Amino acid sequence: MWRQARWDEDLLLERGKRSSAGPLIPFEDQFNEIEIKIPENLLRKDEPSIPTLSEIEVVRHYTRLSQMSYGVDLGPVPLGSCTMKYNPKMLDLIAMDPRIVELHPLQDIDTVQGILEIIYLTERWLAEITGMDRCSFQPPAGAAGEFAGALMIRKYHLDRGEERDEMLIPDSAHGSNPASAAMAGFKVVRIPTGPDGEVSIEALKASVGSRTAGIMLTNPNTLGIFESRILEISDIVHGAGGLLYYDGANLNGIMGIARPGDMGFDIVHLNLHKTFATPHGGGGPGGGVVCARGELVDYLPRPLVERKGNKYYWDYECKKCIGTVRAFYGNIVPVVRTFAYIAMLGPQGLREVSEVSVLNTNYFIKKILEKPYYELPYAPEKPRKHEVVISASKIAKETGVTTEDIAKALLNEGLHAPTIYFPLIVSEALMVEFTETEPREVIETYAEILNKIAEKAYRNPEEVKKTPSNTSVSRLDMVRANHPKTLAPSYKLYRLVYSDPGK
Amino acid sequence: MYHNWIPNSDPEIKASMLKSIGKNIDDLFADIPEPIRLKKNLNVGFGKPLSEYEVLRLVDRILSKNKVFRDPPPFIGGGICASHTPSIVRLLSLRGEVYTAYTPYQPEINQGILQALFEYQSMMAELYGVDVVNASMYDGSTAVAEAFRLAMRVTGRRKILVPETMNPFHRSVANTWISPVGGVIVEYRVDGRGQPLIQDLTSKVDGETAAVYLENPSFLGNLVEEPEEIESIARSKGSLFVVFSDPVSLGVIKPPGNYGADIVVGDGQGLGLGLNYGGPGLGILGIRMDQGLLKQLPGRLVGATLDSNGNRGYALILQTREQHIRREKATSNITTNSSLMAIMGAIYISYLGWNGLRRLGESILKRTRYVVENIRKRLSGRVSIAIDTDLFFKEVPLRFHRRSYEEIHRDLLARGIHGGLWLKDLLKGYEDCSLFCFSEVHSKSDIDLLINALDEVS
Repeated sequence: MWRQARWDEDLLLERGKRSSAGPLIPFEDQFNEIEIKIPENLLRKDEPSIPTLSEIEVVRHYTRLSQMSYGVDLGPVPLGSCTMKYNPKMLDLIAMDPRIVELHPLQDIDTVQGILEIIYLTERWLAEITGMDRCSFQPPAGAAGEFAGALMIRKYHLDRGEERDEMLIPDSAHGSNPASAAMAGFKVVRIPTGPDGEVSIEALKASVGSRTAGIMLTNPNTLGIFESRILEISDIVHGAGGLLYYDGANLNGIMGIARPGDMGFDIVHLNLHKTFATPHGGGGPGGGVVCARGELVDYLPRPLVERKGNKYYWDYECKKCIGTVRAFYGNIVPVVRTFAYIAMLGPQGLREVSEVSVLNTNYFIKKILEKPYYELPYAPEKPRKHEVVISASKIAKETGVTTEDIAKALLNEGLHAPTIYFPLIVSEALMVEFTETEPREVIETYAEILNKIAEKAYRNPEEVKKTPSNTSVSRLDMVRANHPKTLAPSYKLYRLVYSDPGK
Repeated sequence: MYHNWIPNSDPEIKASMLKSIGKNIDDLFADIPEPIRLKKNLNVGFGKPLSEYEVLRLVDRILSKNKVFRDPPPFIGGGICASHTPSIVRLLSLRGEVYTAYTPYQPEINQGILQALFEYQSMMAELYGVDVVNASMYDGSTAVAEAFRLAMRVTGRRKILVPETMNPFHRSVANTWISPVGGVIVEYRVDGRGQPLIQDLTSKVDGETAAVYLENPSFLGNLVEEPEEIESIARSKGSLFVVFSDPVSLGVIKPPGNYGADIVVGDGQGLGLGLNYGGPGLGILGIRMDQGLLKQLPGRLVGATLDSNGNRGYALILQTREQHIRREKATSNITTNSSLMAIMGAIYISYLGWNGLRRLGESILKRTRYVVENIRKRLSGRVSIAIDTDLFFKEVPLRFHRRSYEEIHRDLLARGIHGGLWLKDLLKGYEDCSLFCFSEVHSKSDIDLLINALDEVS
């Protein structure tokens, strides 16, 4: 049986223990005789609740916390649309190279030729993979890439003297799509999904018009279904004067097999931390890239790397561009990881990534549907791509055990849950994406355990609802966590709420 | 093609899995219309798979074209500055359970990450003197942009007043982020001592002002002497007071929460996170406790709660603000953030402890003082301090009177010294200036080396 570590690890802020010194500050003694002549009223007088500890105490604290965490290095994290693949260890070594981490972004151009060469080559490779002309690495994550893309669409229309303020977004889209469109000042028009799991062409035709700025799509979509009428969608939207935006979160299913550029997309964003193996670090950082083709290239955030002879440089020229979306050039470390990842796999390897990630999805579908508990809504006959959405709606109706309960029961077995309750168009949804890096046996075990949990739901629903008990804590009280009276988003506020801390 | 990163690419396994589902590979992609199926190999990488060793060697060859300045470390500032990453920060960040984890949507199995983020939020709140700090923004520039948008949502106003010497990189990003929703950035004047011109500021604050923004220390490194005064001017017209501070300065300088900031922002890069050629970084965004501000706060937030056995636990809270639930009505689109950098920041702060932070702050103050005094003493007439004050933290703007900074910079490089950031195209009125930074990595002899070199070349 699996059990997660459970350390009674108090908050460092609660440690009364203070050493009087702390570590030596570099070269501190050399400046001892200098006097700080700062007016009293500018100096800090209070003492925050930050203890001073010895090094071993800090190391143990964070090592213990890490033991109460769960990542791909421990087991599968099949969160749909998150593409939680194995992150090759050699890339971690490269990412720590001092010739990257000790480079100042404003360093003299002659002293950064190596990093510029990597950025230059990686840009070309990603443009090739997506069928675009140029890419900007400035967006620090996928959502920032979407925001940049939406701004490009907005500026493109404004420059043509057209007032187009509506962004079409399918109801199955990632939540960041409508959020990014709204941040860029667009009104969001929701396009329903048809019974075949694809964008409804009728609804799309009824929604496009002279106010349509564009459509934000991911293909394969969040149901894992390829939008097979994409060329028709492209004609309809382009015909109305709008642009096509590709959300690259789901690229892992089609690399080397089909390209957004060939489908009619004008702008693409990619998540380097999904498709190209940057570890997610408990929430980030990632790397967003926004790519464009044709005249949209002029609108990409600047600067871009250019080459003259053998010399690379940053080109800041920005006649039509949307400006900068982040200081400097974006998250560069993931770009270097991407470079090495693509170099190692080569074109054949990238195609293999997609073939196997799709095979894994369909193998899982076969295994999970061997028992009668879960359903595959929307066109069950269609092969899924990088991910699949199954529904526990029958289980919920018949036993009262919900998708949330099933997710917690999975945790209890030492398996991370899939994305749940998304997309919103599937009730009691479990969105599963194994990626190409999970071995066959893991997929089999995962399906088996999901079915066992369902069986248990029929036999003894209360037992499922009591999970998890093998994790470091049991099920958390989310009402208390979010209630205005018990809300504790910092230690300062925690002390006010919990005068008698429950421990 | 078999690759050992892709277990089921083994031909036997692949064939048996395909057999089990009764399909071949082409069947799995049969729904992709023929005209858009790619008919060639991608032209990427080096045309074929390479071994780990081959790629390591290739990357090594390319990276050797970079020059790392270590002896002395670079003196270039501009918002981020070289700093030391303690070994434990670097190595603990590699713990696979955290490094390879997703956002902790399932809190019971990710208590460690959640507690570390809660500690980050709590220690940052202590440091800035506020009540709530979110679980991270991408970097300082986007934290500022989000702070402005937050102020606009809370006040329903559009104008943001910023100092004319505002960090130009931040300003450019903020402008991109707020203009689509009608936000406008308006400058207020700053005097020759780096202090906001009260009269000018007062005349510009009005009923349309969402926020008055202050950098303390400023982009040019100087401290603001009467921040309380700025706060009361903002308050007088119902505007929010937004303050940007370097967290490293707060070990010794009065924190913005203690002089009335509603929203605090910062860049955590100086907390030993590395320069990373500009990214990834860590954006700090916090607020004083106020339901209106809290409801509109962007980004992930971790809170404490209890589990079903009454034990303390942590979870992501107030998710109804976020994109995956609220979609176009979300407070921000941010999804992936900078959690790992936040955790590294927490480890850094824990490693230094309060005493260490205070001494680090003092030590940097002393360095900048040493620089200012020596430049005045030794380079008088050729180089001056561009702002007429003694109160600098980390960054110091130097004005060059005899030669163009471009030439001086080249001469410094020829001596193996990376000079400052030429402000020619960045800040009006500072065309003949360069911004130098001095952090814990700069020894006295590093600084003497720089001043001696400047003595020769300026």
